[in-house]
Amino acid sequence: MSQQTIDFTLNGVPTRVSVPVQMSALEMIRNVTGLTGTKYGCGEGECGACTILLDGVSLNSCLLFAVECDGRQVTTVEGLADDPLGRKIEKAFVDAGAVQCGFCTPGMVMQTRQLLEKNPHPSRCEIQRGIEGNLCRCTGYVKIVDAIEAASKE
Amino acid sequence: MTALDNYVAPTSLEQAVVQLQELGEVTILAGGTDLMPQSHAGRVKFKRTLMNIRRIPELRGIVREGDAIRIGALTTISEMMAHPLVREHLPLLVSAGDHFASDQIRNAGTVGGNICNASPAGDTLVPLMVLDASVELASKPDDTLFRRSMPLPEFFVGPGKTRLAPAELLTAVRVPIPPKGFVARFHKFGTRPALDISAISIGVAGVLKDGKFSQVRVAFGAVAPTPVCGCATQEALEGKRLDAATIAAAAKAAQDEVHPISDVRASAWYRKEMIHNMTKRILEDVSANH
Repeated sequence: MSQQTIDFTLNGVPTRVSVPVQMSALEMIRNVTGLTGTKYGCGEGECGACTILLDGVSLNSCLLFAVECDGRQVTTVEGLADDPLGRKIEKAFVDAGAVQCGFCTPGMVMQTRQLLEKNPHPSRCEIQRGIEGNLCRCTGYVKIVDAIEAASKE
Repeated sequence: MTALDNYVAPTSLEQAVVQLQELGEVTILAGGTDLMPQSHAGRVKFKRTLMNIRRIPELRGIVREGDAIRIGALTTISEMMAHPLVREHLPLLVSAGDHFASDQIRNAGTVGGNICNASPAGDTLVPLMVLDASVELASKPDDTLFRRSMPLPEFFVGPGKTRLAPAELLTAVRVPIPPKGFVARFHKFGTRPALDISAISIGVAGVLKDGKFSQVRVAFGAVAPTPVCGCATQEALEGKRLDAATIAAAAKAAQDEVHPISDVRASAWYRKEMIHNMTKRILEDVSANH
């Protein structure tokens, strides 16, 4: 199996790892660098639980080859602790009770970060469109949309 | 079969086509949004070398070249939708992109990848076909870079199969700037707007002048092994006024000329009904709004 050494920035920290070339970024983040905030849901890009930011743009880390992270900035949910907008979103999710089992939450928070960066004051409809790639099986989405709306109004 | 044991990430087109020629057995990686799940599911087997083409600057960017817009193969669906040239001249691609998977996948998936995957249900393919798009291909069989282009419908051979030669790379898609009076519609039908593979899709385009519809292009997705031209439907519309009789005849022609299969997403009967009803609805919408 072919290994590849890659260098990238993970939540602001320069990181070097050696990974099999067919490994997903999700497997690398969870199993090689040990950051387990990013969740494995479906492995097919349907559920959004594994959403991360690559050079500030959201994508499904389960569909991303780890080798593609070479030379780039990777941000996971852990990295939002150092980000004012990220902290605001996390607080809004807690205040609105938008977290039940919590499994979709890291992905929802990351995609919200992307949405509010591009569109700081979205309508509820735009919020729903923004998180259409993220599944939640607990909340029925209302409280999640409430949380995102609240975060956008602060 | 040899296992995947080599990884290359060329940084120029020249380097990439030379490596393609030399290495032979190569799997191309662009956005990865299809390659990753397809390879995990065993539907696609990795060849000996994985070539990541995302470091090749020549494959990026959207530019105007004469009377056409050239969209680099690595353009993501999100980049395509946001680009001023596309928004001004090719709004059909913006509305088609809006129905493409989810934001996360639009941010990663590329136009070139969507074309090379050659899915009968690929979301950009039907819109690109009715826009008369062609693909640009490059290879280096000897000392000189060889480029050729091909109208998009000719490029598709079957599900996942194209006329791309083994040592060839798709570098861009070229879309002529539509003429004055041009109208175009794309309709994708599935069970939910997001993240759905279409049961059917329809693209209709043409020039409306003095009430008559001409230079008509019709294409259908997910009703054949490749996206297909709706040639009989085009003929039923060409040069006609979009009145009730013409629309009925075109919808009937559309229903008769498609030969879909039954699968998990829809039965053949249902697909034919949907092709009829949606073709009618699109044409009525064009007629009512122009």
